[in-house]
Amino acid sequence: MQDKPGLEQGTAATESAGPATVMSAREVIKHFGGTRVLNGVSIEVGVGEVVVMVGPSGSGKTTFLRCVNHLERIDGGEILVHGLPVGYRRGAGRLGKLVEDRPKAVAERRRNIGFVFQRFNLFPHLTALDNVAVAPAKVLGVPKADAREQAQALLKRVGLADKASSRPSALSGGQQQRVAIARALAMKPELMLFDEPTSALDPEMVGEVIAVMKELVEDGMTMIVVTHEMGFARSAADRLVMFDQGVILEEGPPEQLMTDPGHERTRTFLRRIIEHV
Amino acid sequence: MAGGYVLADSAPGAGFDWSFFWHYLFAPSSTFLDGLWRTVYISVVAQLLGVVLGFLIALAQRSRHTPLRWAGAGYVWLLRGTPLLVQLVLVYNGLAAAGVYRFNDVRVAGVIVLGVVQAAVLTLALNEGAYMAEIFRAALDAIDPGQAEAAHALGMTPAKTMRVVLLPQALRIIVPPLGNEFNLMMKSTSLLSVIGLQEMFLTAQSINSATFKTFEIFLVAACYYLALTTVWSFVQKFIERRLADPGRAAPATPSFRHRLTGGARGERGVLSTGDIR
Ligand SMILES: Nc1ncnc2c1ncn2[C@@H]1O[C@H](COP(=O)(O)OP(=O)(O)OP(=O)(O)O)[C@@H](O)[C@H]1O
Ligand SMILES: [Mg+2]
Repeated sequence: MQDKPGLEQGTAATESAGPATVMSAREVIKHFGGTRVLNGVSIEVGVGEVVVMVGPSGSGKTTFLRCVNHLERIDGGEILVHGLPVGYRRGAGRLGKLVEDRPKAVAERRRNIGFVFQRFNLFPHLTALDNVAVAPAKVLGVPKADAREQAQALLKRVGLADKASSRPSALSGGQQQRVAIARALAMKPELMLFDEPTSALDPEMVGEVIAVMKELVEDGMTMIVVTHEMGFARSAADRLVMFDQGVILEEGPPEQLMTDPGHERTRTFLRRIIEHV
Repeated sequence: MAGGYVLADSAPGAGFDWSFFWHYLFAPSSTFLDGLWRTVYISVVAQLLGVVLGFLIALAQRSRHTPLRWAGAGYVWLLRGTPLLVQLVLVYNGLAAAGVYRFNDVRVAGVIVLGVVQAAVLTLALNEGAYMAEIFRAALDAIDPGQAEAAHALGMTPAKTMRVVLLPQALRIIVPPLGNEFNLMMKSTSLLSVIGLQEMFLTAQSINSATFKTFEIFLVAACYYLALTTVWSFVQKFIERRLADPGRAAPATPSFRHRLTGGARGERGVLSTGDIR
């Protein structure tokens, strides 16, 4: 983790709160047309931390995650990963002014940020094995045989060693999501973003995906997880973050937020999702 | 009986000359075969160039640079909005008459390529490019945006995303309309007669003016066009099957009969007998 190429620890130390910070967002603002979807979101995530985000539908959780790896542009504030903005660079001359980076540079910055989508988004024309091997092979230039070997090991890790040659269309939702997690891990990310990884799954498949995520937590992965699986939040999260109307309403240890939140909205929201599950 | 035919031979318009028809159908003259050959190779070369050009124009239309998008849209508007016949005459006769450019015969790798053939291939390819651009655009639009997002999240540049993720999926969508385009292309070559290119149609016309066997010789030409498009439809079915997702397609190895008959009949046969599992 320390000697990753392209990770400038020096810059990280000077630009953000400290070298232990993986991601820091400051006053992030995002509009879609006329509506303000993120209205000043600030949060820091340290190395090895697991942050679970909850909040009502439309409160901006997905949008925030997408902004972190620049799947969405932001209209204000800044998001730093390892002390450097993702998708933006400092403009020449004028201090503090950020300009959007060239696509190639953006792609490079995304390499060590893993993203797991609600709807898996596996590549349907590739086998499970090639879904996992494709990015190391095509992006990092890992020799194909090596990439496949690593992919096989990752599939084993998510319990799908026997599905290597299956196409996504031949896999269940839970299996597809586990392949998607393996695919993200293949790039050896230092930060993993999960956007409701189990909400498109049939109830009986939720457990197998949560189990894989818990293993990642045990391995010390830094994770931001949008989920309403409160069991996962309680047992695996260091912090629970409550989103509401484009801002972070409050955050804290999961147990505290669940039993003694600072806002009535948090209480009613959490009670509703806990009872619903 | 035989006498009747001799009479018909010498008197134009006096009936159908079967012996002439069979003769030209099964033992066509070398001039006719030359015409047939030109029809085939001009179609193939123009279609290949048209596919490449169409892809490039589709890329331009999806570019983040506005002038490129406009150029792409303008190209399609212009080339689809004017008749191929007019384009042919403009490129071959018009440019020469205006003193802008005259297509001269050139020698490429020991083979003489006629000026008129150059103009024909160029115009057909330019025209086809506009139609292929629309086909590529529709195919790329049909792919779930989550595919490109997943590729981006893995650190792929836009170019890599296109090559590794989008294009392979688009090709599957493109094959049926591409087959249609090539079918049209082979028939469109008959228009080349207006610029004096001795392809199959003009050859038939010359034979007609020498023999006055109008119905017979054009029926022969029709048979040959039909043979070309029929052979192509088999090739197309074969390609479609090769590109199909093995996870979804029923037969792993289509039978010879299946490949020969192609299409719906074959599919139905497979569905009724092949679903043993
Ligand atoms: N591409 C878009 N264009 C326009 N509006 C959008 C777009 N994406 C999201 N929005 C809007 O932004 C708001 C926040 O959406 P977001 O998906 O971030 O919410 P969420 O907290 O993830 O909700 P959910 O729990 O339903 O997933 C919503 O009002 C949504 O309609
Ligand atoms: Mg969401």
